[in-house]
Amino acid sequence: MLPGFKLTLGFTVFYLGLIVLIPLAAVFWKTSSLTWADFWHTVTMPAAMASYRLTFGASLLAALVNVFFGLIVAWVLVRYEFFGKKILDALVDLPFALPTAVAGITLATLYSKNGWIGHYLEPLGIKVFTTQIGVFIALTFIGLPFIVRTVQPILEDLDPELEEAASSLGANRWQVFWRVILPMLTPALITGFALAFARALGEYGSVIFIAGNIPLKTQITPVVIMGELDMLDYGKATALAVVMLIFSFVLLLTINVLQWWTNRYNTNNLA
Amino acid sequence: MNVLVPSRHTTSEPPWVRRFLIGVALAFIGVFLVIPLIFVFTQAFAKGIGFYFNTITDPMAWSAVKLTLLAAAISVPLNCVFGVCAAWAIAKFDFRGKNILLTLIDLPFSVSPVIAGMIYVLVFGAQGWLGLWLNADNPTFPALANWLNDHNFKIIFAVPGIVLATIFVTVPFVARELIPLMQAQGRNEEEAARVLGASGWQTFWRVTLPNVKWGLLYGVILCNARAMGEFGAVSVVSGHIRGQTNTIPLHIEALYDDLNIAGAFAVASLLAFLALITLGLKTWVEHKNAAALEK
Repeated sequence: MLPGFKLTLGFTVFYLGLIVLIPLAAVFWKTSSLTWADFWHTVTMPAAMASYRLTFGASLLAALVNVFFGLIVAWVLVRYEFFGKKILDALVDLPFALPTAVAGITLATLYSKNGWIGHYLEPLGIKVFTTQIGVFIALTFIGLPFIVRTVQPILEDLDPELEEAASSLGANRWQVFWRVILPMLTPALITGFALAFARALGEYGSVIFIAGNIPLKTQITPVVIMGELDMLDYGKATALAVVMLIFSFVLLLTINVLQWWTNRYNTNNLA
Repeated sequence: MNVLVPSRHTTSEPPWVRRFLIGVALAFIGVFLVIPLIFVFTQAFAKGIGFYFNTITDPMAWSAVKLTLLAAAISVPLNCVFGVCAAWAIAKFDFRGKNILLTLIDLPFSVSPVIAGMIYVLVFGAQGWLGLWLNADNPTFPALANWLNDHNFKIIFAVPGIVLATIFVTVPFVARELIPLMQAQGRNEEEAARVLGASGWQTFWRVTLPNVKWGLLYGVILCNARAMGEFGAVSVVSGHIRGQTNTIPLHIEALYDDLNIAGAFAVASLLAFLALITLGLKTWVEHKNAAALEK
């Protein structure tokens, strides 16, 4: 029997409690000082409702775009050989490694009227800087690695015999992909989607610079919370935080179930 | 390996499809990752190399660098110890509630950075728990309240708050890398070492640690990158006082808000460079890991 169980588990629980759980409990403690009517009034105020629509809408759209392109990137990285593949593979993690403030000012300047990309889009009537499209662009950037990195290992472990069997039974390449490969990748795609979506919901730094701070139009929910904090209205800020936290917890649970499903699916396929 | 390999085209795509897909992947990565990365460095040097060095050697910039290094120097080792403890308990033992513990470890990842900062304001701020206990008129702990007042010790809108917020957002990194790795390795080697007479510490240092060193390094690299780059959480608890409570990302924001765009990018290039080093180390560690697994 190995030693150290009580010590390590004890420290783990103590540390988590001290750093994460007790401070998080403060949010619910602070909210309980609000009446139900105040709470409801705050979380349904127009600025909050507009921010939920934008945050959810842009996060959803960004995660979907990343599912599509992320699958292509993962596919290309696993199945094809081409010049610069190793660099491309390493670069995929850039949004994880690049601090959000750097990503934020970079995207904002890049897509502004005189920026490298903005000055091509503006004459076409597409305004990205300080619009909701900007929020979508920033969320696409930060969600990019999630789908690639969840799909890539599954794609690598896929048994080629299944594809060979399907094609020897007369399926064309598209049918093999659609009927054989894609169903096996689905759990990973959904997990990656959920991870990207969850990250996008709470994102702050990479969004605020490109979004500007236009009430009812480009304010994501964390920005509305930040506004209340700046006005020292902690009651309102915590009420909004409770709404976000509940959504995050539900998503976290969903992701855990999905990951369990992906692992099981994967093990079954390999067995 | 199969002896009978079916004709090539049945398990691969026609060349034009391959080229098209590679093109789409390159275009997507190009627009979203390569162009922004190149852009940071060109903007940083837009006003010349002299301006660049003046900006990054400015006393305000240096103070931000020092504060960022301090926050990382405290949060990374703490979360490293936490990660090793959590991984040891979870991977080497069976107990009830393991899945709940795993979910709780991941919790900081699903909390918005703004909320991560806010919770410390609620605990330590003037209107928070600590504020209530140390309330000037009727403190619950008068001696502590006096001592803190006498020493002008502040947590929120000061350096301790920044360190706490940084610790919070980086809690899961090392644990997340180590847990699956140590679970995969099982406990046979450790049990063998114990049977052969090694103490618990010897088993850990001589058996477990060498087995997980690359995973540990990987976790530390990611943890450090996040600790040095954290923006939202730190922004809430920082007083935004230049030269005192601004970290590098906050200093970048301040320069950007001053419309000193070239200056903002000059400082940002330091963090972008750190990101490139992180990616390089990560690729190298993964390579080492793969080599260790094949052995």
